[in-house]
Amino acid sequence: MFEVIFLQFLNGLDKGAAYALIALGLTLVFGTLGVVNFAHGALFMLGAFCAVTVRMVLTMETVTIDPEQLSPWGAPLEIREPLMQAWLGDTGAVLVNYSVPLSLLITIPVMFVIGVALERGIIKHFYKRTHAEQILVTFGLAIVAQEVIKAFFGPNPMPQPMPDAARGAADIGAWLGMQANIITYPVWRLIYFLFAAVVIGGVFAFLQFTTFGMVVRAGMADRETVGLLGINIDRRFTFMFGLAAVVAGMAGVMYTPLLPPNYHIGMDFLVLSFVVVVVGGMGSLPGAVAAGFLLGILQSFASMTQVKAVFPGIDQIIIYLVAVVILLVRPRGLMGRRGVMES
Amino acid sequence: MHPLPPLKEELMTNSSKGFSRRGVLKTGLAGILATGVSPLIFTRGAWAQEFCNNPTGSTVTIGLNLPLTGAYAEEGADEQKAYELAFQHLNGEGDGGLLNVLKPSVLKGNGILGKKVTYVSSDSQTKSDVARAGATRMIERDGAIMITGGSSSGEAIAVQGLCQEMGIIFMAGLTHSNDTTGKDKRRYGFRHFFNAYQSGIALAPVLGEQYGKDRRAYHLTADYTWGWTQEESIKNATEALGWETVAAVRTPLGSTDYSQYLTPILNSGADVLILNHYGLDMVNSLPQAVQFGLRDRQANGKQFEIITPLISELMAKGAGEAVRGVFGTSNWHWNLQDEGSKAFTKSFGAAYGSPPSQAAHTAYVQALLYADAVERAGTFYPPEIIKALEGHEFDGMGNGPTLYRAEDHQCMKSVLVVQGNAAPPSQFDVLNVVQEVSRDVTTYDHTIFGGELGPAEPAPVCA
Repeated sequence: MFEVIFLQFLNGLDKGAAYALIALGLTLVFGTLGVVNFAHGALFMLGAFCAVTVRMVLTMETVTIDPEQLSPWGAPLEIREPLMQAWLGDTGAVLVNYSVPLSLLITIPVMFVIGVALERGIIKHFYKRTHAEQILVTFGLAIVAQEVIKAFFGPNPMPQPMPDAARGAADIGAWLGMQANIITYPVWRLIYFLFAAVVIGGVFAFLQFTTFGMVVRAGMADRETVGLLGINIDRRFTFMFGLAAVVAGMAGVMYTPLLPPNYHIGMDFLVLSFVVVVVGGMGSLPGAVAAGFLLGILQSFASMTQVKAVFPGIDQIIIYLVAVVILLVRPRGLMGRRGVMES
Repeated sequence: MHPLPPLKEELMTNSSKGFSRRGVLKTGLAGILATGVSPLIFTRGAWAQEFCNNPTGSTVTIGLNLPLTGAYAEEGADEQKAYELAFQHLNGEGDGGLLNVLKPSVLKGNGILGKKVTYVSSDSQTKSDVARAGATRMIERDGAIMITGGSSSGEAIAVQGLCQEMGIIFMAGLTHSNDTTGKDKRRYGFRHFFNAYQSGIALAPVLGEQYGKDRRAYHLTADYTWGWTQEESIKNATEALGWETVAAVRTPLGSTDYSQYLTPILNSGADVLILNHYGLDMVNSLPQAVQFGLRDRQANGKQFEIITPLISELMAKGAGEAVRGVFGTSNWHWNLQDEGSKAFTKSFGAAYGSPPSQAAHTAYVQALLYADAVERAGTFYPPEIIKALEGHEFDGMGNGPTLYRAEDHQCMKSVLVVQGNAAPPSQFDVLNVVQEVSRDVTTYDHTIFGGELGPAEPAPVCA
């Protein structure tokens, strides 16, 4: 039984890391700009499609027609040769194999530019508008992004293989000195967990230990006073929006081997990430992280056969049930600040 | 047509005995109606007006209800290609495809009853309520004479119920639940695709041969009608082999992350995972199961195995390497070497540059079978088409001699046991046909699933 509980806990941590990573950017934007960003899921999706695009480029092929050979339907056979391997030999094959992590190098600048352009071009005009209007405009942006991706990439999911070295499962039980093959967990999911921990830690460290971060935190607490000190807080907040887009995009890239992305993937995560942010407390970074892990772990345990035997269907509602209970007991969420989203 | 019985001359002229002409006519008509002659008057001769969406122009419109988004979107897209190809062939365009090999056939390649086939389509989004709304729209607004398509049994059951109410023939696309032609069967609904029960009959002997009779199985099941009936059928079939069912866990249709359902399997005592998933659900769940190391494990002193009772080429391609060596069943495979399969693969491949999936095949065949039934009936009047399809024997469509069984509208034909190709020579050769299980073996007693077809007549007249 210990193995079962340990595995579910591990799975909960893994899920929680994914939830926290996605919710982090959302709450970052709300905490700094006060904007309820319903386009955050779309940023996650755009990141995932950065990985798709990079792989498409790396796996481009030359096509030659061989009239000597016929396809099963009698047409001359198309012979396809991978271009990258032809150009770079084994190095090309390595690049293709590591296309997902390599995509991060492209995704970071691309998502930053998208984030800044979005904030400067549209979002900034809605700072002083109601949250309802912000939701409407950002939701509209999300739908536009979805449809653009659907037009270019089609409606179907596009599998992104993980590097060969990260396939299969790690024998964690054996690492801990237990019997082999009792506690195993997919390597890429462990990598995703570590990646999420590093990114979350990095964002916290950036805000906590840099002058830039200190100014941003001061702006979050009292924007007008920071402005009166002669600091261009708007520029810093624009940067934070870009940073939130980068975090969402990177989360999307690294998630592609776990879930083949399609145009709708952002919407699937949007609802969940909002629940995480609301449970954690609107605008609270530690709250979002804590809520992400809490909900991930609870969802994992709720999926156990023994739990479902007692509470059928609990795995589908546990997250929303917890959200209702927490909002009843602590209306501001786990770590929400007084006055936030309260008029 | 049965003529009205002649009124006697004296009754028509003699009013002195208390009869008037009007009174006699009223009495006579009342008598005719009371004696039940009226149905004979208003049936065959009245087809021209008295049924839903009777095509009066030079074209006939068919409604395609296709899941172009959602969990079964790839199947939907392939079905659409197949329908377009079928309509081309029915209209005398292209190479004729299976029109050349269907036996018996009265199709002439000049449309259906001389009317050019056109179509309207609706994205069902792999959702039953959307499918039903789309079918309603195509019937009421677009005048569709027949509805076809779908890749989900939930959709199929919802739409065939609607078609029964509206008097429209429904030629189901890919639907594998026992319920479609079992407890939820309808007189106006017809299924060419096989079902979960037949999967169990076909697959169990191969599983026994490959994996032995002492196995412990864990089911993950898509939580809707198809998943439930497949789980039940495969459980029954494997337990009859001597296997034990450790657990059967339901997962929501359209789930993406299966990790929380996979971790409990690792130490459950099971040595086989049976994935009652289809479409995107399986494209997600199968690779995730492999990522969890299930296929690298030893359990109960045996190699852990994964089985996908229903599998298609599209899913196998989507699941990538994870599908290699995995057993399942299919309705049809493009690599079969009979004349029908070769003809269809050739037509489809030439048109679209890839071989057809089983979803495409069943869609294409259903379109042709409907057209052939209309031609044989000589009318678009649905009750006559139903009569033409019920008990109809045909061959040449890639599944061997096939019977459209009258009692439940389920096609009786051979079923394929397939296995993921261990070393696919091309992107299209992802599945191997291991065994073709004959119609004699897969035929079953239709009464085991209950249900009532309901009436064909009077054919409802839609708005």
